[in-house]
Amino acid sequence: MSRIPVSALIGLVMTGAFFFTAIFAQWLAPYGLNEAVGDVWENPFWSSEPSQYLLGTDNIGRDLLSRMIYGCQITILLATASSAVAFLTGSILGFTAAVVGGWVDQALSRLVDLFMSLPSLILALVILSVLNVTLPVLILVMGLLDSTRVYRLARAVAVDIVVMDYVEAARLRGERTGWIIFREILPNALSPLVAELGLRFIFAVLFISTLSFLGLGVQPPLADWGGMVKENKDGLVYGISAALVPAIAIAVLAISVNLVADWILNRTTSLKGGRNG
Amino acid sequence: MHPVVKLIAQRLALGILLLLAVSVLIFAGTEMLPGDVAQAILGQSATETALRNLREEMGLNQPALTRYFQWLWGILHGDLGTALSNKKDIATEIGARLGNTLFLAFWAAVISVPLAIGLGLLAVRYRNRWPDKLISGVTLATISLPEFVAGYILMYLLTVKFRIFSPISTIYDSMSFGQKLNAIALPVMVLVLVVLAHMMRMTRAAILNVMQSAYIETAELKGLRPLTIIARHAFPNAIAPVVNVVMLNLAYLVVGVVVVEVVFVYPGMGQYLVDHVTKRDVPVVQACGLIFAAVYIGLNIFADVISILANPRLRHPK
Repeated sequence: MSRIPVSALIGLVMTGAFFFTAIFAQWLAPYGLNEAVGDVWENPFWSSEPSQYLLGTDNIGRDLLSRMIYGCQITILLATASSAVAFLTGSILGFTAAVVGGWVDQALSRLVDLFMSLPSLILALVILSVLNVTLPVLILVMGLLDSTRVYRLARAVAVDIVVMDYVEAARLRGERTGWIIFREILPNALSPLVAELGLRFIFAVLFISTLSFLGLGVQPPLADWGGMVKENKDGLVYGISAALVPAIAIAVLAISVNLVADWILNRTTSLKGGRNG
Repeated sequence: MHPVVKLIAQRLALGILLLLAVSVLIFAGTEMLPGDVAQAILGQSATETALRNLREEMGLNQPALTRYFQWLWGILHGDLGTALSNKKDIATEIGARLGNTLFLAFWAAVISVPLAIGLGLLAVRYRNRWPDKLISGVTLATISLPEFVAGYILMYLLTVKFRIFSPISTIYDSMSFGQKLNAIALPVMVLVLVVLAHMMRMTRAAILNVMQSAYIETAELKGLRPLTIIARHAFPNAIAPVVNVVMLNLAYLVVGVVVVEVVFVYPGMGQYLVDHVTKRDVPVVQACGLIFAAVYIGLNIFADVISILANPRLRHPK
């Protein structure tokens, strides 16, 4: 453990804490998600009459701490699921394009170029304007839009591996394309893909928070952190900081995962014999 | 034909082709996905007759391909259709708002581009010493901030805690230029914060890349001052990648603007788009999506053209 830098260690502990909260939300939260317990916007910070609730209450008097804990669960669940979708589709299609080559590769790559020529937020807004926004729809839309980035990386890595002797040998043995992808290419392409996983996860957290903030992500009665910023934003002008709590939580989660991702990225590049390795 | 002209013509043609493909994508995305526009407008309780009338009125009974070409033909003639929700002409609505959005994005770009390049040069000059580390640390933190988080934190600090600015950034035509600038100060600060980090990190990387060349070593051995080396020898050779970085981030501003406008209730394109996505007003969403896409693709093509022009090997072929 001594070789892990301090920043990465902090990132690991914080990320672990967020995931722990997400998994055990039901047992950790003192009140229910939509249970009104106190007055509107009780403010525990710098106020003359402190609230009995640790983080105060929200715009209709629900305990903010409980909502933050449940929000953590929804945010992390959505981000994890959509990153999983992005990685499954992106890497399988990317590897297939590299192994099969020819017109399959051309067609897939040009399609990905087309999707990447647009900002994903704009494309998501266009698509979500005609769909009923439910959790599976959100996961699929975000995952598929993000899979284009994974596709690019997976294809680029796999193209280098496909020309290796051991892949040639597998082909000559008469192995199927599926075997070549999963048994020959995947194990050798794993480390750059794992390094990318952290970045995609952060992107997914920011993406879902932004969509929910715009009112097009998670719909009530469920709520994620972005949605909570939206609910409480009107209080900000009157000096009520309830909207800042979920906002800061999003930033802290993103920064912690970033610290871990940065460390993994440095490790994998130094494995490849980088200048500072 | 001069090879540079040919290359640029190719780029432009590619851009137009891409825009055409994007228009198909946007149209298909809103028309062919499951879900009926007429049903979405009138709600679940609509009668069969009302649905049929609305479909008739909107021309939804015609095949998708016909409607696509009608839509495209209209756009090419400046006709973006009428909004479903308030029956207003989309082109006039957008006309006013597009100006506001460009005003916001322009000032954000004017401040962030020189600042990012300056900080990037500074980080290279003091590489691996405290100014570089400080800049890197701060930028790593701001990259992890979504626009609306940065927006509300700044809003809380500067309007509530310190009362320097007003929290609402609505601008009117009757306002003077100075009043307008004062109104957009906060949203511009947020946009600058969001693009600055990325632009600065990429500028630093691009110049560091050039700094490893042999001619930089020669300049060092000649005894030139470090800043002179960076400004006179490294920077001109890093123009193409730096311009690319700048354009990519300006294109990113297009996305940032959508969220920032909602945060600060600014009457621009982004707020218009988000409002009408919630109202399921498909024609408006299509028109706005296409305009955002056109700006985004346009900036990318512009970056390509600049990097072609900045390359002397292409300008003076043997």
